[in-house]
Amino acid sequence: MSVPFYVSPEQIMRDKADFARKGIARGRSVVVLQYDEGIAFVAENPSRALHKISELYDRIGFAAVGKYNEFESLRVAGVRLADMRGYSYDRSDVTGRSLANAYAQTLGTIFTETAKPFEVELIVGEVGATAAEDQLYRLMFDGSVSDEQGCVAMGGSADGINAALIDRWRGGMTLAEAVRLAVTVLEEFGDESPRQLGPDQLEVAVLDRTRPRRAFVRLDNGRLAALLGDAGSS
Amino acid sequence: MTSGPRLPDAYGLAGSASFVDFLSALHPERLPDASATPSTPLTHGTTIVALLTRDGVVMAGDRRATMGNIIAQHDIEKVFAADDHSVIGIAGTAGLAVELVRLFQVELEHYEKIEGVPLSLDGKANRLASMLRGQLGLAMQGLAVVPLLAGFDLARGTGRIFSYDVTGGRYEERDFHAVGSGSSFARGSLKKLFRRDADSDAAVRTAIEALYDAADDDSATGGPDLARGIFPVVAVVDASGARILPDAEVGPIVEAMLAERRRRPDGGTGGEAT
Repeated sequence: MSVPFYVSPEQIMRDKADFARKGIARGRSVVVLQYDEGIAFVAENPSRALHKISELYDRIGFAAVGKYNEFESLRVAGVRLADMRGYSYDRSDVTGRSLANAYAQTLGTIFTETAKPFEVELIVGEVGATAAEDQLYRLMFDGSVSDEQGCVAMGGSADGINAALIDRWRGGMTLAEAVRLAVTVLEEFGDESPRQLGPDQLEVAVLDRTRPRRAFVRLDNGRLAALLGDAGSS
Repeated sequence: MTSGPRLPDAYGLAGSASFVDFLSALHPERLPDASATPSTPLTHGTTIVALLTRDGVVMAGDRRATMGNIIAQHDIEKVFAADDHSVIGIAGTAGLAVELVRLFQVELEHYEKIEGVPLSLDGKANRLASMLRGQLGLAMQGLAVVPLLAGFDLARGTGRIFSYDVTGGRYEERDFHAVGSGSSFARGSLKKLFRRDADSDAAVRTAIEALYDAADDDSATGGPDLARGIFPVVAVVDASGARILPDAEVGPIVEAMLAERRRRPDGGTGGEAT
């Protein structure tokens, strides 16, 4: 029997992280940002059926980049956890923080204990009664979690997009302004050269704080075209 | 909630969009217990009516809960929105029935979130049937729950009504149906007042008339309580969705009916019920 080579833990972790980062960097980006009446999720996604954005619970949304089968299983787990809590306790006891914690624990364990880490990044957004109570959690492939303010991007060109968002995003934007901003930064940084993204290549949903119970709404092509048109002309 | 550093494997299993199946695999103790035996009288009694309209379907239920000879509650709600396009009314053991509704609501929403599309109305009706079948043991011990499901079928563009028995038998009703202890009186009333081409407003009035007739002859069905301002719960479902009417809308309809009944205590013959 051969003796395996010694590889230091630092090296193993670095290799895993590089592997996960490479997988994530291959995918298109997702931008999540607050607007005056809620949180908008904007993804570059030509597929109508394979969603990157989803509803987790009444006031909580989910966005992901990376490997579809991996984030889909995390999304389903999140829906199950949320419904389990809401049914066992009360609907008001399901919080974005508890879901973000469960994701962090799960991703962290997968990263350290399995040979192949998940190549995904997630955002869990929860809309509150006011903009100040909105919460955005960004979860990395290794389970690290950060509490974001206002706007955040993830995916292949996240660094460039995040830098641009810090400059251009401001509190109290309308939905049209926020979606337009998200699409603009996706157009600028998504590829080597800037391009135009139409409603067909976008998946957009909002958590609208003015809606009574389930705040999550997908914006169909018609509504999206109207939003993009409105802001473009102003 | 979690037993280790990561979520249990059951959370990640692929292929199931059913919350009930998930719950019974992971936490069966949180489902209604099928081995309980009652020794004291439990809350019972109800009338729920549902009838088709030109645009969809209307469901209404009285507000009384009884426990033997006692009125346990004056303002219990027995008609609920199950999801955006369906409503459910319940008769039978109140505690179990309310729990069944809660579970059914989660089941429908769970499916919708996981699959990305809502269940078909037939799918919802079948799902409710199998959930009822799971409680057959309880029903055999006298803890029966009998729901009535009504909804707008988006594929067909019409309202539909499904009735059930305790074994999980599912029956689609043609025009109208009633369940609960006062159902035979309500059904007699509906038989005379039902008009296939009635709009929602007319159907709401008919439903309220039928509940009044049921309360007239069934001690376990409550009539409208003007002193406390307690009116039947009325749900209207059409293509735009399901909504429970607020008391401010139901109150005047009830008062108009009572004014009419002061003239003719047994109600009109149907032609005037608009």
